[in-house]
Amino acid sequence: MFRNVAELVELAESKNVKIAEIMILQEMEFSGLPREQIIEKMDRNLTVMEQAVERGLKGVQSVTGLTGGDAVLLQNYMKTGRALAGNLLLDAVSKAVATNEVNAAMGMICATPTAGSAGVVPGTLFAVKEKLNPSRAEMIDFLFTSAAFGFVVANNASISGAAGGCQAEVGSASGMAAAAIVELAGGTPSQAAEAMAITLKNMLGLVCDPVAGLVEVPCVKRNAMGASNAITAADMALAGITSRIPCDEVIDAMYKIGQTMPVALRETAEGGLAATPTGRRLAEEIFGSYK
Amino acid sequence: MKYRSAFDIIGPVMIGPSSSHTAGAARIGRVARTLFGKQPKKAIISLYGSFAKTYRGHGTDVAVVGGILDFDTDDERIPSSLTIAEEAGMEVTFTIEDTVMDHPNTVKIRLFDEDKELELVGISIGGGTIEITELNSFKLKLSGENPAILVVHNDVFGIISSVSTVLANHEINIGHMEVSRKEKGQMALMVIEVDQKIKLEIMKELEGLENVLQVIKMVD
Repeated sequence: MFRNVAELVELAESKNVKIAEIMILQEMEFSGLPREQIIEKMDRNLTVMEQAVERGLKGVQSVTGLTGGDAVLLQNYMKTGRALAGNLLLDAVSKAVATNEVNAAMGMICATPTAGSAGVVPGTLFAVKEKLNPSRAEMIDFLFTSAAFGFVVANNASISGAAGGCQAEVGSASGMAAAAIVELAGGTPSQAAEAMAITLKNMLGLVCDPVAGLVEVPCVKRNAMGASNAITAADMALAGITSRIPCDEVIDAMYKIGQTMPVALRETAEGGLAATPTGRRLAEEIFGSYK
Repeated sequence: MKYRSAFDIIGPVMIGPSSSHTAGAARIGRVARTLFGKQPKKAIISLYGSFAKTYRGHGTDVAVVGGILDFDTDDERIPSSLTIAEEAGMEVTFTIEDTVMDHPNTVKIRLFDEDKELELVGISIGGGTIEITELNSFKLKLSGENPAILVVHNDVFGIISSVSTVLANHEINIGHMEVSRKEKGQMALMVIEVDQKIKLEIMKELEGLENVLQVIKMVD
C-alpha cells in the first residue's frame, strides 16, 4: 500500500517492478479480484478510449456548436508537412482534442481522472504508440501507471475542478500521462515521478472557468496543452532533468493553492474566461436558444 | 482514503461531459433509487453550489433523473432521461438553491410514492466518485460502491451487538460501520459496509430483531 509518490517509487524500485505492477497488486488486494479480471476491466477502458479518439478524428460537433472539428484541422495540417512542432507532439494534441470533443458532444468516454480532462492520457498514449509500438499489455500498463499517480493526487489533494480548479483536473491528468510515458519509454520509477513533478509544477494555479458552465471552452484546448506539457516533461525527465521540489511537495502545493482559490474560479462559471464579455455573450446565446 | 481503486482514477466509462456533474450526479441518483427500492412516482431534486450554477451545461439535471431511472453512467439514454421519466409517469421538479453547503457539488433528492418517502443528500467529490452524506436527516458516509446494509432502529443499548451477532453467525465480515442518531433515545441509523453478499434470509433475520424498524440493502 502506498500513500504518496515517494512510497510508490520506493515500492517499485525495491521490488524491481514497474509502477503499473504496484497498482495492479494493490487493486487485487482492494477488490479481491484475480489479476486477469482486473486487466480485462482496464482493457475495456482502453477500448472506449480508442473508440472515442477514432470518433473525434472523424469530426464531431457539440450540441451548442462551441467545440468540435479541431482535431481534424490539426491532423490535416500535420499532413502538409509545414508543422513547426514534431508530428508526435501534434498527434498527441489532436488525439487529446478528439477525445474531449467527443465528451463535449455527450459521447462515450473514459474519465481519466475526470471527463473534462479525459483527453490527455489517451491522447499521449495513442501518439507515443506510433513511435514505440507497445504491445496491448504495455498499453494497459500505461493506464495502471497513470492510475497510480492519479490515485496519490486524488487522495492527497484533489481531482475536482470545483474543489481545486483546472490544475486538479488537467494538471493531474497531465502529470499522470507524463509519468506513464516515461515508464513506457523505458524510464525508471524515479524518472516517472520527476516527470509528474515537472508537469504539475507547470500547471499550478490553473483555474476552472468554463464558459456557460459547459465542459467545452476552454476545457478542450486545455487538454491540448496538457498533452504537450506531458510529452515535454517526459522528455525532460528521460534526459535526466530532475525537479528541485519533490513530487509529493508539488502535489501538496497544488492542494493548498486549490483551497485558497476563489470560488468564482472553481467551476462556477462566474470568473475568468466565463466572465469575459464574449464568455457572457456566448452563455446568453446558448441558454437563450438551447433547450 | 477517499479513493481506493485504480478504476476511480481511470474510469468510469461514461456519457459526457463531466465526471463530477454528469457521472457523479447519475450515481447519486441511482443510489437514491436503490435505497428507495423501486421507481418513485415523484422526485424533487435540489441543486446546490456549482451544481446549481452549471447544471444545464453539464447535464446534471438529466444525469440525476437518469440515475433515479436506474441508468448507469454509460447509459446512452441519459441525455433523454427527462422525456423517459415523463413517459414512465414520474413527476420531476428541480429547485435551484443558493445556500452554501460544505461541498460545492451537492444535491438533495426527495423521492415519493403513495406509501413511501425518502430524502437523501449526496456530494460528488471528483472523477465520478460520490458520497452520500445524509439519509432521512441522519448524517452518514456511504460510497455506494461496496455491499452495505442500512439498519433503522430505536436507540437502545445492545442493538449494535444483536445486529453484529446476526452478521457474525452468517460469517459476514464488517469493513466499516457507523451509527448516527438525531436525538438520544430516539430513532437511529446503522450503516454497515460488508465484504460479502447479503442474502435475503439475513435481511429477514435482521428485520425480525427487537427494536429494528427497517433494513435496506445497498449493492449486491
